[in-house]
Amino acid sequence: MTNYNFSSKFKPANILSIIVFILSVIFIAFKGLNYGIDFKGGTLIEIRSINTDVSSIRNSLNDMNLGDVNVKKFGKEGDFLIKVEEQGDNNNLIPKIKQKLSDSLNSEINFRRVENVGPKVSAELLQSGIIAITLSLAAMLFYIWVRFEWQFSVGAIVALFHDVVITLGVFSLLSLEINLSIIAAVLTIVGYSMNDTVVIYDRVRENLGKYHKLEIANIANLSINETLARTIITSVTTLLALFSIFILGGEILRGFSFAMILGVFIGTYSSIFVASPILKFFKVSYKTLEKEEEKIVP
Amino acid sequence: MLNFSKINVLIIYIIFLFISFFSILNFQENKIIDKKVNLGLDLQGGSYLLLEINSDNLVEEKIQSKVIPIKKLLKDNGLSYQNFKINNQNLNLIINDVEKFELLFFSKKDNVVNPYLDNYRSFELDYKKNNNNEIEISFSKFGLLTINNSALKQSIEIVRRRIDDVGTKEPTILQRGEKRILVELPGLKDPERIKSLLGQTAKLNFRLVSENDEFGSEELISENGEKLFVSKRIVMSGENLIDAQPSIQNQNNEPTVSFTLDRLGAQKFGRATTDNVGKRLAIVLDGEIVSAPNINEPITSGNGMISGNFTFQEATDLALLLRSGALPTPLLVVEERTVGPDLGEDSIKSGITSLIIGFVLVILFMFFKYRIFGLIANTALIANLIMLVGILTILEATLTLPGIAGIILTVGMAVDANVLIFERIREELKTEKSIIHAFDSGYARAKITVLDANITTLIAAAILFAFGSGPVKGFAITLGIGIVTTLFTAYFLARHLTSLVVLNNNKEIKI
Repeated sequence: MTNYNFSSKFKPANILSIIVFILSVIFIAFKGLNYGIDFKGGTLIEIRSINTDVSSIRNSLNDMNLGDVNVKKFGKEGDFLIKVEEQGDNNNLIPKIKQKLSDSLNSEINFRRVENVGPKVSAELLQSGIIAITLSLAAMLFYIWVRFEWQFSVGAIVALFHDVVITLGVFSLLSLEINLSIIAAVLTIVGYSMNDTVVIYDRVRENLGKYHKLEIANIANLSINETLARTIITSVTTLLALFSIFILGGEILRGFSFAMILGVFIGTYSSIFVASPILKFFKVSYKTLEKEEEKIVP
Repeated sequence: MLNFSKINVLIIYIIFLFISFFSILNFQENKIIDKKVNLGLDLQGGSYLLLEINSDNLVEEKIQSKVIPIKKLLKDNGLSYQNFKINNQNLNLIINDVEKFELLFFSKKDNVVNPYLDNYRSFELDYKKNNNNEIEISFSKFGLLTINNSALKQSIEIVRRRIDDVGTKEPTILQRGEKRILVELPGLKDPERIKSLLGQTAKLNFRLVSENDEFGSEELISENGEKLFVSKRIVMSGENLIDAQPSIQNQNNEPTVSFTLDRLGAQKFGRATTDNVGKRLAIVLDGEIVSAPNINEPITSGNGMISGNFTFQEATDLALLLRSGALPTPLLVVEERTVGPDLGEDSIKSGITSLIIGFVLVILFMFFKYRIFGLIANTALIANLIMLVGILTILEATLTLPGIAGIILTVGMAVDANVLIFERIREELKTEKSIIHAFDSGYARAKITVLDANITTLIAAAILFAFGSGPVKGFAITLGIGIVTTLFTAYFLARHLTSLVVLNNNKEIKI
């Protein structure tokens, strides 16, 4: 078993967390999130064409008055992603764009992917994404409250909130696209981070019962150390899988796996440096457990 | 925890073999049971369309059709009224005796004007009093719902007919919510033809062309730009068509659509053409004149032909639209996602590659970390994957690209259960003299933690399943099932294997 003194680092870590959290909120509020067409509406076209480049694609679409058109390379050589902003309900937009591209680019075009999300649907998708994240946080809060005491529940939820906000903050900072799969990633992060927190909390509960005389800071420290090997091994195997997706899984899964990798780091950090200090803040002791002894179902 | 009765062991392996059997089905050509994991549109290529009906026009039409019955009701009961106006989806009028009107309006017995909808316990129409004696009649909430529902049901039926007629393979057509129709067309590379076929209501009617701007006529523009006054009276409509086929007119090789009418249609058509020889008959499709030929002689056979400078494709599509019948309302494509087959193939390739690499990395890591118990964990992991695929097969679930990501993630996270247990056993070994006891209490004590830890991820997966759409749902499915198989393989399979190792050589066990 390792014997690092985590609890002595709680304070500087908390200050760091608060700073990063506030920075994330500032970024999300002022720089905003780069919503993809799933949440903003609009059209996305992925093409493969050998003898063309970004500027000639952009030029050929310029005179169509499509408003904000975004063209960029996408993965392999010759693959491009074109994003066109929401044009209202228009069933003929896609064929027109395809026709225009075929006419003005002097090479064969393979339309690999075409997506169009209307204004109503994108608003609904965004709404259900927000509901899903909120609901998952609430469900976790409830689960921990049932399985542990309310102090643990608060600790877990603060840690989750910390993870979600900072992940989104990084996405805002790097202007990475938020789409449906990012919502999936965020929810998985919520599950993963919770998983980590629960493992430590379980041990804290056990140790609280075992060592009545120890301070909560020491209990937390002991519990973190006892579970540290597991925390690291699981993080490593999960990261091995995630890096494999990130590097080899193709362009479509890149944002998703990036968010997850980020989430594993932040989630592991928050279980140790956010969720545990909160128990100290609430002065949790074996008495906290005794009060609701009947409730605990081991 | 290490003692297994024979019957328990038997049950564990029977469950494992039973579920694994289904995963094999995916790799067999001739199957005993026809089940397999379906590939999502993002993997096999194809088109996903979400269509929305707009019943506003329909509601306006329906409220207009209430005008005459309401006037009749008022007249028959000696109620006088003024200022009868149609106002979009409402009818406004001033009435002298509102109380008497209300009694008639909300009578449950034989009420033709405002029928009582038994299943909703509500009347079809409702009214509100504005001021004095002015009232506003409109459809009630359930009246609107009834109109909407029947339009949706009818639209789904016609969408199905049109898509079947085009002949795409295995289309999925489903109702989504109260206003939407989901259409999935696997393998379809370009949905434009389907979209244009679904984008037209295809309301066809035959109306006489009037000489001038006489009463009861409207000005319509024909496809070649000619402006014609056309009578609002409909001679015959598309409902009377029983068949329509594209054909080539012999005289000038022009593609046309020939149609066959039912008995009633033939009668109507015959009478109109007999009475109006020499006049022109406009063929109006969705408010536009397709053509307006001269009536040269009475047509009583019930067969006819529509010409209109079509290409053969246009004639084929028009025939298809007429055969399938008119949509009650226009359909709007509110969401569309099409993936080409080569992108799908690339996604499968990169998905499988990253799965294999991730899997091998995790297995190597576990082996170097735990040696013999690493092998056990790895055996459990392989069993886990086989069972995961087996359950996906039993459910005939759809595998998407994010779904593959979910499997890879399961691989990474599945070892967690065994890691928790092994680390716990390591701790127990420090204080416990008996190795068997250490393993036993290690398993017992880690149980709660393993459950707690996995239930949280399961909650996240369940919420994702409920709120996610399309590919993301596929991720939630594999992640969720992955947790269940993880718990099974860690707590039954791996534990049994561990017990075999520990009970057989409990002298020199190291973990």
